[in-house]
Amino acid sequence: MLDNYLFLGLFSFYLLGAASSVIFNKNDRISAYLSFISAAVASIFGIIFSFSVIFGNTFTLSIPGSSFLDFGFFVDKLSAFFILVISIAVFAVSIYSTGYVREYFGKKNIGYLGFLYNIFVLSMILVVTASNAIVFLIVWELMSVISYFLVVYEHEKPETRKAGFIYIVMTHIGTGFIILSFLIFAGTSGSFGFETFHAAGAVMPPLMKDLAFLFALIGFGAKAGIVPLHIWLPYAHPAAPSNVSALMSGVMIKTAIFMLIRISFDFLGAGTAWWGYLVLALGTISAILGILYAVVESDIKRMLAFSSIENVGIILIGTGASMIFFAGGMTTLSAIAAIAALYHLLNHSVFKGLLFMGAGSILFSTHTKNIEELGGLIKKMPVSAVLILAGVLSISALPPFSGFVSEWLTFQSLLLGLIPVFKYGGFNTFAMIALSISAAVLALTGALAAFCFLKTFGIGFLALPRSKHAEHAVEVNKPMLLGMALFAILSVLLGIFPFYVLPVLDRIVQTFVGVSVFSQSVSFGASGTIAIPATLITLSTPALLVLVLIFALIPFICLYIYNRKTPAIYETWGCGQPVSTPRNEYTAQAFSKPVQIWFKNLYRPVTETKATYSPSPFLKESFKFESRIEQVFEQYIYNPVVDVVLAKSRRAKVIQTGSIHAYLSYIFGTLVILFMFVIAGGSK
Amino acid sequence: MIKQIAIVILQIFIIIALAPLLGGIIKKIKAFFQLRKGPGVFQPYYDIAKLLQKDSVVSQNVSWLFHAAPIISFAAVLTAGLLIPIFITEMPFGFAGDLIAVVYLFALARFFIALASLDAGSSFGGMGGSREMFVASLVEPALMLSIFAVALNVGSTNLSYISQTVSAMGLDALSPYQILAFAALFIIAIAETGRIPIDNPATHLELTMIHEAMILEYSGKQLAIVELGAMMKQLLVFSLLANIFFPWGIATGAGLAAIFIALLVYAVKIVILGATMAMVETSTAKWRLFRLPELLSVSLMLSFLAIVSFIIVKGG
Repeated sequence: MLDNYLFLGLFSFYLLGAASSVIFNKNDRISAYLSFISAAVASIFGIIFSFSVIFGNTFTLSIPGSSFLDFGFFVDKLSAFFILVISIAVFAVSIYSTGYVREYFGKKNIGYLGFLYNIFVLSMILVVTASNAIVFLIVWELMSVISYFLVVYEHEKPETRKAGFIYIVMTHIGTGFIILSFLIFAGTSGSFGFETFHAAGAVMPPLMKDLAFLFALIGFGAKAGIVPLHIWLPYAHPAAPSNVSALMSGVMIKTAIFMLIRISFDFLGAGTAWWGYLVLALGTISAILGILYAVVESDIKRMLAFSSIENVGIILIGTGASMIFFAGGMTTLSAIAAIAALYHLLNHSVFKGLLFMGAGSILFSTHTKNIEELGGLIKKMPVSAVLILAGVLSISALPPFSGFVSEWLTFQSLLLGLIPVFKYGGFNTFAMIALSISAAVLALTGALAAFCFLKTFGIGFLALPRSKHAEHAVEVNKPMLLGMALFAILSVLLGIFPFYVLPVLDRIVQTFVGVSVFSQSVSFGASGTIAIPATLITLSTPALLVLVLIFALIPFICLYIYNRKTPAIYETWGCGQPVSTPRNEYTAQAFSKPVQIWFKNLYRPVTETKATYSPSPFLKESFKFESRIEQVFEQYIYNPVVDVVLAKSRRAKVIQTGSIHAYLSYIFGTLVILFMFVIAGGSK
Repeated sequence: MIKQIAIVILQIFIIIALAPLLGGIIKKIKAFFQLRKGPGVFQPYYDIAKLLQKDSVVSQNVSWLFHAAPIISFAAVLTAGLLIPIFITEMPFGFAGDLIAVVYLFALARFFIALASLDAGSSFGGMGGSREMFVASLVEPALMLSIFAVALNVGSTNLSYISQTVSAMGLDALSPYQILAFAALFIIAIAETGRIPIDNPATHLELTMIHEAMILEYSGKQLAIVELGAMMKQLLVFSLLANIFFPWGIATGAGLAAIFIALLVYAVKIVILGATMAMVETSTAKWRLFRLPELLSVSLMLSFLAIVSFIIVKGG
């Protein structure tokens, strides 16, 4: 009963936020506060609601409609987990937004943004709660379209409109495949209710199962940003306002992961091993390619978008491993891998949200996203710098931050598949090789992520400002800092206290894998340990943190207490030349150059140099260097397809006469054919 | 309880106190191979003692991160030191993390020093930081695969369990997969400790430096902390090699005699590894930075072969 009120409260506060921001549209300030604060209130309802479902019973709510369409909601523990992830992100981002949208006061329509924001969040909640394929498709479409409007919020910029176009096309290709997948289910079950899909999945012939899975993988893969369907992310996420990018990158792409888990485990029973291998392979490829493109990127928000592709890849590595183990009957391992995937999903939504908010703060304060123009921000924006550093350490998987724990768990779940204790199903050479390759690539991905975020933080925040923008930067306002601080603290807490979160994830994973691994296969000893007793593997991030803090005392005492000396301040060493100018600093491009050279076959860098000479050919007057990398997927996959489609449509244009009579006759002709089809009994 | 505390203190003492000695010994052996007299084995101690007396000169561009980095990095390395079996397999803090955690603690140490390298705004620092992170990325996949190979053989990534098991196996531990994994990890150890052919610790030319370029702006006490941290890391990487692959002689209980023998055996093993490293350094020249992927893909292949040979031998 309480759940009903909570769900209703969540629903109505988002609607209230949407309505009030439109009603008070005349006053930017009131409109912003009302819409974002009611979103924050709604998200608190969401957090309580999801806990109530995770620790209580499944929640269902059906609103009787026609026989054709039932509006129903179904929230089991898996849905509740995603509501939790969405709500946590929305809470922090909404607080941040009250400060961030001040940028738009007087320039843009705040009421419109507030309205879209609330409806967008509500649509994400509905996506993970819909209990019927038709309702799902409606809210899925709503989510896509609203997020499209949010992406093109700054539509006066031509690149934003292009980004929006790519996004809407890709997301609709995805939706097309999702419809196909649902039709296969509905064809067997005879109903569009999700509750019947489970039974349908059990009786479907293997070929149909494979097709339903593949269509769902392509459809939801496009939303999740799996390579090669990822091309919209690096356009859409930078174009959207930063608070919206935080939600799109942090949580919206996760709704696709939710449906993938739902369909492959719940509906289809995940009995086929090659599905798992396919997901593992796609995850591995997405992880490495995502981070490789992120490393050489100088636009902070584009870099973060590429890094989201990487992290979705890591989540899919966990999911794929879980599916492989599940198909092999190793449910314990499957549960551990799924827990790793879900934990990384939660962590990613927190630190990626934080980093997108951080990118927004940099944009807010310096009006540039290009790290080559930044520098020295740690002195101008000291609090933001510390908060963003927490996100950077977390995403670089450094102990004891949250990213470390989930990557450690992912490694362990891959490793456990190889270790004899867990090898129930005999010796599977193929699985061992696949898992080890995936682990090696994941290790490379982790190292490159550290490289990438070190570059971004180091070039963006340290040393001297490289441009006027960075020189005049000031600390951002309090609500923005508060929003980031919430996530920074959460990143630290999720790293230090994983043993409070993992049992909760275990309850969730139990619903679709079927076994609970805690206290049997995985347990906590004293002092906050995650332990896998069968292999004696243990990890205790609190102990690591305490040890690091204690040992930090040794150099600290040595430097600042014993025989203390104040250091002399002097210029940076430049081989005796006066070089303390921003022009002598290392650039982001130079920093990532080794990786660019290492992977030159992938990047295919195009460089152009142009020199102008003074009268003497030996003295260069000016020198221009331009370098860009090729977007292989766009160039070799998408562009040819687009060309073919355009050519075909040009040919199809012949029938578009523009005369209304012709169109009427087309409609008439179509109707006649349809009638004949029905009369001939074509439907059965 | 008292025993546990004594073990921890002894372990910390060994790591901090003996790390410079290892550096000195390697230099001495290198000098021997190069027919030079070379500085005494205690030279690194004198260097650190001298640096500790000196004032620091700090760039005017730096932020608090520059000052925090040596402290965090030192602490991270020392924490990793408590997870690695040195002379006893039952480390009191062994529960805090496994081999993968050790790798990530080293990564934490490296991350902060590399961040600090960018803080002073000098090109040299950025160059060093970029190269260090580049080499670290090259190393990582091979490192993870060799960890997997070791874990496959033993059934765990828990370091004390690995040492115990391999030690109990006796000479049976010298299996093809173990040897291949050792070869892979040895190449990685060269990279991790910044030695020729990957990095030249003795270079004086900023353009060819990796680690040294990164810490170019540090001086005085701060430099002493950074240098000591690097030496500790070197000792720990050697200890990992020694006690994962040849843990024979390591103490499995807290008996005084066993610990005494273990310490002696440990010293011998580390010196042998140091001598091997010195030989490698003497017989090769530093490689160009962009040839390093070749060397490290050899390591990657070796570790992959270790896994494959395990499958062939055991899976059949």
